[in-house]
Amino acid sequence: MVTFEEISPADFFYRNRDIAGFTNPVRAIFSALRELVENALDATDLSGVPSEVYIRLSHDNDTELGDDVYRLRIGDNGCGIPARHIPSAFGQVLFGSKYKLKQARGTFGLGGTMAILYGQITTHKPVNIVSSTGTSRIYKYALMIDIQRNRPLILDRTIQINKEQWHGTFIEFSLEGDYSRAMPKILEYLKQTALVTPYANITFVDPKGRLYKFTRVTTKTPPPPKETLPHPYGVDVETMQRLQRITDCQTMPDFMQKHFHRVGETISLSFLDFAGFIRTSDPKNLKGEDISRLVKAIKKNKKKGKNGFSHNLSVKEMQHFIRNTQSGNLVDFMKTHFKGVEKSVILRLLHAAGFIRTKAPRKLRSDEIVKLVRMMKKFDGFLPPDASCLSPLGEDLLKVGILKELKPEYIVVSQRKPSTYSGHPFIVETAIAYGGDIPAKDDILIYRFANRIPLLYDEASDICVKVIRSMNWRRYKVSPSMPIVILVHICSTKVPYKTVGKEFIADRPEVKKEVLNGLREVARQLQHFLTKKEYVARERRRLDVFSKYLPKIAKFSTNLAGKEKEPNIKVLLRSARKFED
Amino acid sequence: MKTKISVSEKKKEVLENLRNFGARLYGQMEEGAFPWIKMPSRSIQNIFYSPEVRQYILGDKAVRRSSRNIRHIRPFTQLVWAAYFAYELAKNRKTSTLRDVYYSAQAFDVAFKDQPESNSIITDLETVVGFAREDFNVFPEERSAIFGDLTIEYTVRGYEGRQYNLMSHPDGVMIGPAITSAEFVKTSTDMVIAIEKGGLFTRFIEEEVHKKFNALLVLLGGQAPRASRHFIYRLNKELELPVHIFTDGDPWGMHIAMVIISGSANAAHLRDLTTPDARWSGVWATDIVDYRLPSDELTPVDIKRLYELQKDPRYKGDLWQKEIKKFLKIRKKAEQEAFSRYGLTYIVDKYLPEKLKEVA
Ligand SMILES: Nc1ncnc2c1ncn2[C@@H]1O[C@H](COP(=O)(O)OP(=O)(O)OP(=O)(O)O)[C@@H](O)[C@H]1O
Ligand SMILES: [Mg+2]
Repeated sequence: MVTFEEISPADFFYRNRDIAGFTNPVRAIFSALRELVENALDATDLSGVPSEVYIRLSHDNDTELGDDVYRLRIGDNGCGIPARHIPSAFGQVLFGSKYKLKQARGTFGLGGTMAILYGQITTHKPVNIVSSTGTSRIYKYALMIDIQRNRPLILDRTIQINKEQWHGTFIEFSLEGDYSRAMPKILEYLKQTALVTPYANITFVDPKGRLYKFTRVTTKTPPPPKETLPHPYGVDVETMQRLQRITDCQTMPDFMQKHFHRVGETISLSFLDFAGFIRTSDPKNLKGEDISRLVKAIKKNKKKGKNGFSHNLSVKEMQHFIRNTQSGNLVDFMKTHFKGVEKSVILRLLHAAGFIRTKAPRKLRSDEIVKLVRMMKKFDGFLPPDASCLSPLGEDLLKVGILKELKPEYIVVSQRKPSTYSGHPFIVETAIAYGGDIPAKDDILIYRFANRIPLLYDEASDICVKVIRSMNWRRYKVSPSMPIVILVHICSTKVPYKTVGKEFIADRPEVKKEVLNGLREVARQLQHFLTKKEYVARERRRLDVFSKYLPKIAKFSTNLAGKEKEPNIKVLLRSARKFED
Repeated sequence: MKTKISVSEKKKEVLENLRNFGARLYGQMEEGAFPWIKMPSRSIQNIFYSPEVRQYILGDKAVRRSSRNIRHIRPFTQLVWAAYFAYELAKNRKTSTLRDVYYSAQAFDVAFKDQPESNSIITDLETVVGFAREDFNVFPEERSAIFGDLTIEYTVRGYEGRQYNLMSHPDGVMIGPAITSAEFVKTSTDMVIAIEKGGLFTRFIEEEVHKKFNALLVLLGGQAPRASRHFIYRLNKELELPVHIFTDGDPWGMHIAMVIISGSANAAHLRDLTTPDARWSGVWATDIVDYRLPSDELTPVDIKRLYELQKDPRYKGDLWQKEIKKFLKIRKKAEQEAFSRYGLTYIVDKYLPEKLKEVA
């Protein structure tokens, strides 16, 4: 007999922890650490003070458990969590503050809680949380997760006075893991995080008591992202329905302008006209006062400049037009009788004069909602999203970060202009570092970042890697054995991750194109650098050759000629500089 | 008229040329110029067969090598070094080999990549100085031998003025630096018989061919080294002895004779290595038929070689063309030893007298 049951989100992720990166003890300890570091950095980015992140991983003293159990403690000086949200933030899967449309490391409301959940299922111990938002109180919680119900269980809660107005969060819990095998990845992760967060102090104490300190080299931070409205291209029926239900707008143009990104009056009208959501009266049905209102509006518009109407129109003339027109609605009527006037101008005029009628958004039927969404995707008059919701690192900070962690001989960085895929804005930043402390390996090193998170796993599937592999690097004088790091950073309100584990980026043609262009840009500059370097080296080798052989020629000829003194070849050596082969 | 080629005169000239070469470069440097040289090009396009000189010669094309060119400066330095090395050898009357040259360069930090590179620099030096490397005492490894009544006088250090008769040793005497640089004193012989292979050379001595035919016997040992070619040239020029060359009856043997007679393209920059009046006296293709010699089939490589030779300007002569045709017709080849079929002395008692009469 088939039985049916329901499971909670927490239960779902408990059963499918692989998809969140908690596959085995090695991956689990890496994922737990990175999720909490990312939460800490998100929080400190919001707090407005230079980031401090403290990480301590130690063996759990509890001898009952095996020695593969660790205690992970992570602290930050971030914005803290309001007391009432603390239990849910850490005790409930799919709960978070980052579902908004602005760039952040976190997106799913899952990562930190998954780490804690993993700790709980492997050690059955509660998590301890200390947090304050800088108010007069500090809250301490001991929590466990009710996995079946996806609810936090509060085991203990205490409140302390916050004399120093401290803000930030400390989280501590136990989990099973394999640090010795995860260590290389963890250290690499921290190093790359420090690179892409050069304004943060990151301290890590590992189970052997070793201290790794990544010190900030700047207090400059990237401009904080602003929250943004959804772009029409990125909206689906579900989102539309939610917006339409909650809106207090009475008309469609208002609705469009209030709830969507970069939609103003003109665009809203053009779109609604395009989508067939605008109704205007039959001109024949206009009353006398309507006609004079229309004529007045036209006159007023004319003053505004060249897009206006061609002649001074009297009410009489208008009436004449109306009598003779074939058009069944005002937009059409205006279009036929005022040739050369743009449709958008007509629409605005009619709207301003109150001739445009639309349905109230709340009254849209579901077939209308579907149509609206479909037309949004078809309409080509929307402006591309702006990038104020994004927070790329910027060329200067990227340079500083690379210099700090890689100490290369040469760096080139490039930030692309904002672009979009499916209505989501994104910015690609690329960089290449060469030489210096960078080791020469069999292959070029690739550093991938998304929203300032280093991506370390599943390299082969990543779009950036695919693009890099597809490029003809020989053209840029690059060979695999060179000491080179190629770096790609993609930031977006919606990074196209392939999994909730945030390990690699999916193939999106628009993203791919930007990555390629960005890489070409830095590769070209690297090529210039390498060409020059090669030239200098060649020139040096050339001079070496001359200074090796000319004196020998002088010596042998002197012996042959039976002379006493060797000829003076200093002049020749000096002039060797100028000669090209 | 006998042409006397004085060995010591030549030595002086070689030293002089080497010195001048150094002085020229020295002068260029004194004037603030990167030293350079100009020499006849040895590229294939500049090698021509001259019917007048009866050997390959270089054309008018010249190459300029300048130490100012980054690609030239290393070989240029090696060339100057080689001149210096040769000069020291000749001055001190020491000899060495191509292999020595290759290794010696390393001591002066002008090392050669490999033996061919070193050999080619020595050839450059020959071209620049106008003398064969044997003249500045760089000898090849391979040596041939001579036997017969010829008295020579050594010029090599420690033996100056001593005389020696080349019949003194029944195995023959190696044609090394000492013999090459010796002056000729006297001979009672009437001709030179040059033989390709050592076995037959020894047989000839045993059978007293030198007495029976009043001849000097020269062992070529395959393709004759340049020292021997020059030596044969001197025997022919200075002593006016006719030269007969006996080789195997195949395209390769034929060519051994031809190189002695008309030289090779590789030595187009040199003179006095060829003996245009020397005769190839056997084994011919016609001999294979006439003497019904035991023979082998020509291989495809042999045949290809024959077609090449047929077109070679050195093989214009009637005898050559006739024999090449014959080879191609009978498709057979025979070694010198094939005569043993008729008894070991047949070649000396029967074949040789008939043959010498035929060519004379
Ligand atoms: N150190 C912290 N300081 C302040 N708030 C935090 C901190 N850690 C977690 N939070 C809050 O808890 C919420 C849940 O965190 P969690 O890591 O589970 O999800 P997320 O970061 O929103 O998304 P993601 O699954 O992509 O990491 C966050 O949205 C944030 O509001
Ligand atoms: Mg998170």
